[in-house]
Amino acid sequence: MIFNHPILGPRDAQEFVYLGDASLMRRPDGMTAGIEAFHDWLYNRDNPAGEHRELWYHEQGDRSWLVVTRNTVTHEVIRVELARDVAKAMGRTK
Amino acid sequence: MRYSGFRVIAEALTGHRGWKPVWRDPAPEGEYDYVIVGGGGHGLATAYYLAGEFRQSRIAVLEKGYLGGGNVGRNTTIIRSNYMLDGNEPFYEFSMKLWEGLEQDLNYNAMVSQRGILNLIHSDAQRDAFTRRGNAMILNGADAELLDREQVRAMYPWLNFDNARFPIKGGLAQRRGGTVRHDAVAWGYARAADLRGVDLIQNCEVTGMRIEGGRIRGVETTRGFIGAKKVGVAVAGSSSKVMAHAGMRLPIESHVLQAFVSEGLKPLIDGVMTFGAGHFYVSQSDKGGLVFGGDIDGYNSYAQRGNLPVIEDVAEGGMALMPAIGRARLLRTWGGIMDMSMDGSPIIDKTHVDGLYFNGGWCYGGFKATPASGWCFAHLLAKDEPHKTATAYRFDRFLKGLMIDEKGQGAQPNLH
Repeated sequence: MIFNHPILGPRDAQEFVYLGDASLMRRPDGMTAGIEAFHDWLYNRDNPAGEHRELWYHEQGDRSWLVVTRNTVTHEVIRVELARDVAKAMGRTK
Repeated sequence: MRYSGFRVIAEALTGHRGWKPVWRDPAPEGEYDYVIVGGGGHGLATAYYLAGEFRQSRIAVLEKGYLGGGNVGRNTTIIRSNYMLDGNEPFYEFSMKLWEGLEQDLNYNAMVSQRGILNLIHSDAQRDAFTRRGNAMILNGADAELLDREQVRAMYPWLNFDNARFPIKGGLAQRRGGTVRHDAVAWGYARAADLRGVDLIQNCEVTGMRIEGGRIRGVETTRGFIGAKKVGVAVAGSSSKVMAHAGMRLPIESHVLQAFVSEGLKPLIDGVMTFGAGHFYVSQSDKGGLVFGGDIDGYNSYAQRGNLPVIEDVAEGGMALMPAIGRARLLRTWGGIMDMSMDGSPIIDKTHVDGLYFNGGWCYGGFKATPASGWCFAHLLAKDEPHKTATAYRFDRFLKGLMIDEKGQGAQPNLH
C-alpha cells in the first residue's frame, strides 16, 4: 500500500506504524465522561467492511500522524490527511 | 452410513456405487428452536454438541457460502494447549482432550496427528517465561516439557543454532500438540451434525435480525425470514458485520493473517515448531509441503489476502531459523480474516438481546479451539450459563478490568 503523504508525497506503508480507528482521536473528557463512555472509546470499534478512517504514524519518516481513509475490502487508499489538520477541524487547538 | 475399513473394502469390491452424499441439502424451515449463524468449524461443532450432548432439536446452521469455506479452511492446522492464564488454559486443555477423541466420536478421519509442538527459546528471560508457562500448563492438566539446547539439536540438527541475534538455547515442548486435517474437521462435524438431524443450510447469508421487545425472533436471510427461539452467532472474521444487525459494536477489529505452503519436500520436520522471536512457525504436511506463517499484516482488513512486506518478513524468519529451506519454492500463499479482540482472547457470551448469543474474537487461535468452542457455546445456548472452562470469556471483562491478555499488550489488537 502507498500513502500519498501530504508533505512528503507517496510513501510505502511499511514506513508507518498502525494504531487503529481514527475515532481514537475523540477521547471523552476525563472530567465529565463516565466509565462506560471511556470503555466504548477504548475497547469498542465500528470495524467496517469498506471505508475506514485510521491512524498511521510515520515512524521511519517525518514522525507525523496521518489519518488515512482506506477501503478495508480492497486495500485501496482513498484519502490521506495530517492528523493535526483533522484535529484542528474538530475544534482542537493542536 | 457408518465409515469403517470394512466399508471401504466392501465399496472397493462393488465399484464404489454405494457412497452417498455426506450430508443433506435441506431448504430452510419457517422456524427453529436454535439457529446457528456460521457454517464453519465453530458453528458446526456447536450444532453437533447441541443436538447430541445437550439433547436439543430443531437446529439449523446458516452459512453464507459453502460449509467450511472460511477460516476453518484457511488456517495452518495446528492444535495445542500451551497457554498460561487461568481464563484460557483449562479451556484449551478441554479442547485438546476433545481433539484426542474426536475421530471416534465423529466416525470421521480428521487425521488428528499428535506430532508435538516445540516453542524455541533464545534467551534466559525467555526460558524463565516458558518455564512459568509450562508449569501453568501442568497445573491445568496439560503436558509440558522444557528441553535444553542438546535435546532440541537431537530433534532438529539442521536448525541454525548459532544465529547471532537469536541463538537457540532450548525449547518448550508439548508432545500432545500437533496438527489436524482442517477441512476434515468441518466435514466431520457437518456430517455428524446432519446425522443428528441438524439442517445445514448453505448459500444463506444473514442480512438482518428481527428483534422485538428486546428479544430475538429470528433472522432475515437471503433465503427469507427464519424464525428462531435462540440465535447463536459464530462467524469469526465477520463478527462486527453480523452483530451490527443487532446494533452492537464489538471489542474486535478484523485483520488479515497470511499463511504459506512450499512445494513438496522429503520428510524434514516431524512436528510443529514456533520461532516466536522471529515471527515464524512451521510444520510439514503429509504431502510434504512446509506449512508456515508469521504475524498478521497489522491493519484492518476484510480482503482475505495480504500484502508482500509480510511475505518477505515471514520468509526472512524462516531463513534465519532454517537456512536449508533457502532453495525451496513457495507454492501458495493465502489470507484469512481474524477477529482480533482487545486482549487477544475470545468471547463466548450472551448479549443485551434475549436469545441472542455470540461466539467470536478468536484472533489467530480459533482452529485449535474448535471442539471446546462448539461444546461451550452449545452449553451456553442450551443452559443459559457458561461452561466451567469458558466463564472468563465475557463481554464485560473489558469494563470490569478482567482482561485475559496473554501477551500483556493492552487494547491494541494488531499486537496480540
